[in-house]
Formats: sequence, C-alpha cells, structure tokens
Amino acid sequence: MAKPHGGRLINRHIKKNSLDTNGYKKFEINTNLSEDVLNIANGVFSPLKGFLVRNDLENVINEKRLENDTPWTIPIILDFSKKDINGISEGDTVILTNNEYGLRALLEIEENYTIDKKKLAQEIYSTIETNHPGVANIYSLKDVLIGGKITLIENKNREFDEYNLTPKETRFLFKEKGWREIVAFQTRNPPHIGHEYVQKTALTFVDGLFINPIIGKKKVGDFKDEVILASYDTLMKHYYLKNRAIMSILRTSMKYAGPREAIHHAIMRKNFGCTHFIVGRDHAGVGSYYGPYDAHDIFAEFPDLGIIPIFFRSFSRCTKCGSVVNDKICPHDQKYHINFSGKKIRELLNQGKIPPEDMMRKEVADTILEFEKPFVE
Amino acid sequence: MAEEKDNKKYTTLSIPTPLAEKIKKRIKGTGFNSLSSYVTYVLREVISGMEEEEEEEVFSKEDEKRVKDRLRALGYID
Repeated sequence: MAKPHGGRLINRHIKKNSLDTNGYKKFEINTNLSEDVLNIANGVFSPLKGFLVRNDLENVINEKRLENDTPWTIPIILDFSKKDINGISEGDTVILTNNEYGLRALLEIEENYTIDKKKLAQEIYSTIETNHPGVANIYSLKDVLIGGKITLIENKNREFDEYNLTPKETRFLFKEKGWREIVAFQTRNPPHIGHEYVQKTALTFVDGLFINPIIGKKKVGDFKDEVILASYDTLMKHYYLKNRAIMSILRTSMKYAGPREAIHHAIMRKNFGCTHFIVGRDHAGVGSYYGPYDAHDIFAEFPDLGIIPIFFRSFSRCTKCGSVVNDKICPHDQKYHINFSGKKIRELLNQGKIPPEDMMRKEVADTILEFEKPFVE
Repeated sequence: MAEEKDNKKYTTLSIPTPLAEKIKKRIKGTGFNSLSSYVTYVLREVISGMEEEEEEEVFSKEDEKRVKDRLRALGYID
C-alpha cells in the first residue's frame, strides 16, 4: 500500500465536540470550499492541514511543490472579500459553516494575503482565457486569501454516503483484503467496454482495483451521479470478482487543469492507499487547452511522487483482432478500428436505445435506461 | 551548479568537474535543460526511496471496530 503523501495521513477532526463556538465569528462558505474542508479533515489532501499560506501557494504556482518540496500542483485556497474579514486578524480563530452540508469547522488564521490572479491562472491553467472554467473560477475569487489550519467540528450525512469511504477506511479495507498493490481508476461516466478493458488490463498486474468516481457538480447533458453509481454496481456484480474490485466515491470539484490536475488526482488516490493510478488521454482536460498526452508527460517531473502512473493512450475495438486493443498491441490499420465514443453511446441512450454490446454491456445499458431521466437537465 | 536564486530557495553544491562534464554530455537532447535540473531530479528520486516511514497510524480498538462495522454495514467486507 502507498504511504500517505508527505508521510502521514492527516486527520483534522476535533477530538471532543464539547467546544463552545458561541464566541467565534462565523463565515458561511460555498459547497466547493466545504468539500475542500472535508477532504483536508479526512486526509484526502494529506499533507495539507488547512488552506495554503502564501509561501506554499507561490511554490505551488512556480515549482508545482509545497514549500517543503513535497509535490503539489493545485491551489487549495480560501477566499474572502475585504469587507467580510473586516476586524479579523492573523492569529484569530473563526468558524467556517455551510448550511447545506451542516458543516462547522474551526479555521486558525495564519495569514491573509492577496495574489495576482492573472499569474495564478496562467501558471495553473496555462491560459488566461475566461472561457476556461478554471480560469473563470480564479477571476471570480474574492480579494483576500486566507491560509491556515482547519479542524472539522461536524458535518451531516449526505446522499451517496454509503459509497463514501475516507482514506482511513480504504486503507483498512485494502489491508483486510490483503491487497498490497492497488490501481485507482477515476471516472465521471458510466462504464463502456473500453473502460472495462483498461481497468482489467491494469488489474491483471496488481492485487485490487479501486474505482473512484468523482461525484458532484455536473454540466447539463452529463450522466447523473446516481446513474454512474448504479451502472458500476451492475458491471461489478456481473463482470468483476468481488474480492478484486471496490468502488467508493470522491467528492471534489473538477478544476479542468489538465496535467497539473492529473498529478493532484494521483496524490489523492495515493492517500487512499493506491500504488498505481490510471491516466488516460487528455486527463482532466477541457476544450483544446492541453495536448492529449500532456497529463502523461508531467509525471516525468515527479520522481518522488510515490504513486505509479499507468498510461493509456488510446483503445478501440479492432474488427480484425476481434477484441479491444490499444495502440501498442494491434498492427491493423485504423479502418478496422471502432472507437468507443462516449458521445455516440450517450446519443443512443438518450433515444432510449441499447448501444451495441461491443460498446457497452447490455446489463449496464439496461440499468441506465431504468432511469427515466439519466442525464442532468 | 551555481544557480543561486532569490529568497534562498536554491543553494549551491559542489560536485567534481569531470562528473559535471559527464552529466552535461548525458543530458544533451533530453528533457533536462540544465545540470541543476538533472541533479535535482536524481536527488529527489533517491531521497524519496530513502525517506523513513513515519510511524504507521495505529488504530485504537474502538477505532478499528467503528471502521470495521461501517465497512461491514456497507457491504465492503463480510
């Protein structure tokens, strides 16, 4: 099993919930920031104990590392307007709240500072175009960033919690199963035959497969979270060995930072205990901002990442081979290759039609079509 | 390997000149754009393999039971 990133799994849950929070100033934060708080508290973002202070953020921007040289590529930052934090000083402790999640967390303010948003966008996303959703998010940040440790006081149960394991729980589970090498697969879609091929190819060489869908805010036309989970349940029930594959969700917002985000995704899976991470074509990309294999190349910068990437360039069904192939194993011309088109599958399902079985398992398609409205509207 | 930068984020190390020359030859045409970047890469690789494991978090009996019960209730373990 992989060591936690930075050497220690972070646990920022309050020891005893007998704290009287009446005297503290409270600040309501949005759902994305609430996810960050929970991921810090549960160790998904180990070694972070809180939101980045200036030195760490500058190092992440310029070096893709925290100030202590630990690889870290995505800014985990907390923004406030000047007006909001009027009267709050470094050294103060405040309470972060989110009503939707029933979240309350202590924030020890170590530093408040400002940042050049244009530089932040350029370095993290390699563009300053506001059409890029990540850049748009940067530009919408409030003026002041606050760095400091958080301690989770409480949060309430949410939908899909039955699929939501913390790194502490997955590490315990992997140990129980006797898995030493675990490959993680990230997804935002129901599985087609190509996904199954990639997962099983990787699984062949390790002990266990950790299917880890990202759950959360989606675009119109995307599959709904419940559809993704149900379709994977079906696939695993019919086509996977129970003692070789598990599924658990990851609640975090997509940043669409391409290569930098691929590293971040790998780090989170390392914290769950995974030793390998599958990286596909244009991982975490959006539009044409990144080259199709930029998210592969960036791993060469991190000999000390502590999780092994498994790269897949492309895979398709070869009618000559009569099987799913990738570009390293099939000698036949492209004209014999049928690509797994997520768009095509979506179109067919949208018309209530079952995709061909060489694209998607019938049981999976049936499961999706059991939902009256499988797509986000 | 003299690449002093501001804020003391970088430091200077001495290595034998013949070794430096060998490395310079070796990194020509690779992705490494300087002797420093190559040496940094190699040292990070070496040091990450040598880092001592921090003491593994030991589950308390209570902790272990709680995690086990949850995993069992969710069907992850029998």
